[in-house]
Amino acid sequence: MNLGSTEKGLLKEIAGLEAIPTGAYNVRENGKLAGRNVTANVDIVSKTDKPGIDIYIKSSTRGERVDIPVILTETGLNDLVYNDFYVEDGADVTIVAGCGIHNAGGLKSEHDGIHAFHIGKNAKVLYIEKHYGEGEGTGERILNPTTLIEIDEGGSMTMETAQIRGVDSAIRKTNAVLKANATLVIHEKIMTHGKQYAETDFHVALNGENSGAHVISRSIAKDDSHQKYLSCVDGNAKCSGHTECDAIIMDNGSVTAKPELNANNIDASLIHEAAIGKIAGEQLIKLTSLGLTEKEAEDRIVNGFLK
Amino acid sequence: MLELKNICYSAENDGVKKDIIKNVSLKLDEKFIAFTGPNGGGKSTLAKIIMGIIKPTSGRIIFDGKDITDLSVTDRAKAGIAFAFQQPVKFKGITVTDLIDIASGRELSVSEICAYLSEVGLCAREYVDREINSSLSGGELKRIEIAVTLARKSKFTIFDEPEAGIDLWSFNSLIKVFENLAAKTAESVLIISHQERILSIADRIVVISAGEVVGDGKGEEILPQLLSSSSVCNVLKDKAKEAL
Repeated sequence: MNLGSTEKGLLKEIAGLEAIPTGAYNVRENGKLAGRNVTANVDIVSKTDKPGIDIYIKSSTRGERVDIPVILTETGLNDLVYNDFYVEDGADVTIVAGCGIHNAGGLKSEHDGIHAFHIGKNAKVLYIEKHYGEGEGTGERILNPTTLIEIDEGGSMTMETAQIRGVDSAIRKTNAVLKANATLVIHEKIMTHGKQYAETDFHVALNGENSGAHVISRSIAKDDSHQKYLSCVDGNAKCSGHTECDAIIMDNGSVTAKPELNANNIDASLIHEAAIGKIAGEQLIKLTSLGLTEKEAEDRIVNGFLK
Repeated sequence: MLELKNICYSAENDGVKKDIIKNVSLKLDEKFIAFTGPNGGGKSTLAKIIMGIIKPTSGRIIFDGKDITDLSVTDRAKAGIAFAFQQPVKFKGITVTDLIDIASGRELSVSEICAYLSEVGLCAREYVDREINSSLSGGELKRIEIAVTLARKSKFTIFDEPEAGIDLWSFNSLIKVFENLAAKTAESVLIISHQERILSIADRIVVISAGEVVGDGKGEEILPQLLSSSSVCNVLKDKAKEAL
């Protein structure tokens, strides 16, 4: 795999990769395969009917990491990809995905990733996804990830997503269906600036007895950016669901939060918490009284909030 | 030394102007000074005026010979004034270690942080990585607030009712913290307190009521008056009794 410095920089930003990973990986660059490695437990196969890959994770997998980064450096490219993850019963795996766009031109660069997770019984998945945009061009950088999740009995998934810089527009849709004793934890971090727009749309169906979901979104909207947070949790059995939207608005930033809870079973216990507001004045006073300038205090509060 | 010259502060509430601090002048250069008096009398407001959190309507504040009236909170902190809030501020994602590091202006080792936390009766191992949020009890937040303020190592340190909310923690250790602070040379401590046991170790007690200084003198002179006089404040007497 031969990558230039821009590409290497993007890989580091989205996947923390300094070198080519030793485990299973699939690097997609400008809509094409740039490198792949499979292991005894993890197989990666290109789809034949549409762009994308199928990733098979065997039940013997224990603590392996799979890297599936996507990088876009061509301006004007619209990359659509379908990735299906088949995680066998009892497997334990970490999947690191993410997309980095470097747009040096005037045309829009877009990546729409549709990721489907089929998680087997008692399997455990940690899914980390990072989105990042850069480039001196005026072309927009657009990312629209869709994540479809099915978790079988006793399975669990933790999804950590982050979009901190440089993405002009993002619409993230996450749809999950949980069977008995399955659990889903989602941690989302978003920071928008300029005229960026970010939308998050979670839909979790808790269908199985004792299933549980915990969705936490922390976001900061700066400058003239706008964010929209939609979450819908259906409690269709004895289950517990908790969603939390915590947002800081700065400058002319704006945030809309629309939570929806549907308790369709007498033993469904669902909670939503939302808090949107500017940085608390007393937090700034406390930190300035410890010797920080207002700007330093603000940065500390923002960094802590998104940590 | 800190000097307040003719400090006045008034605030408007529902269109009615209220004088909260009425022409207070004080020279504070003792090591251990206590402000006491009834609730709502203006003690905390005066402390916030010293820190720069509240701007006085008129009057000047002189610190170590320099007029600091127009300095920001940051600049006063840098000049050597520290302030422990009566109600500690909560954060999201900022840990005990983060705050102590900010207070000391550098990254401290775990053993240095441990030293500050143990001074306020907290076991460092349990707290260093804790976030300063609602998961901590009022008493824990209060002790952390004191530890963070100690880490400033300031020339003039204000504690706004440090005893409030610390119920189970042995009161002696709290007093010891302040005695130690006062024993260090070239440092002044100003404590706002209702507690007789804190007042009893003060070099000087200033009684503030209805925005004015109504009593001022050596601790051993003022304290007996406070405890015997019903006119100054019954609240204080009750509070003192509660503590005993």
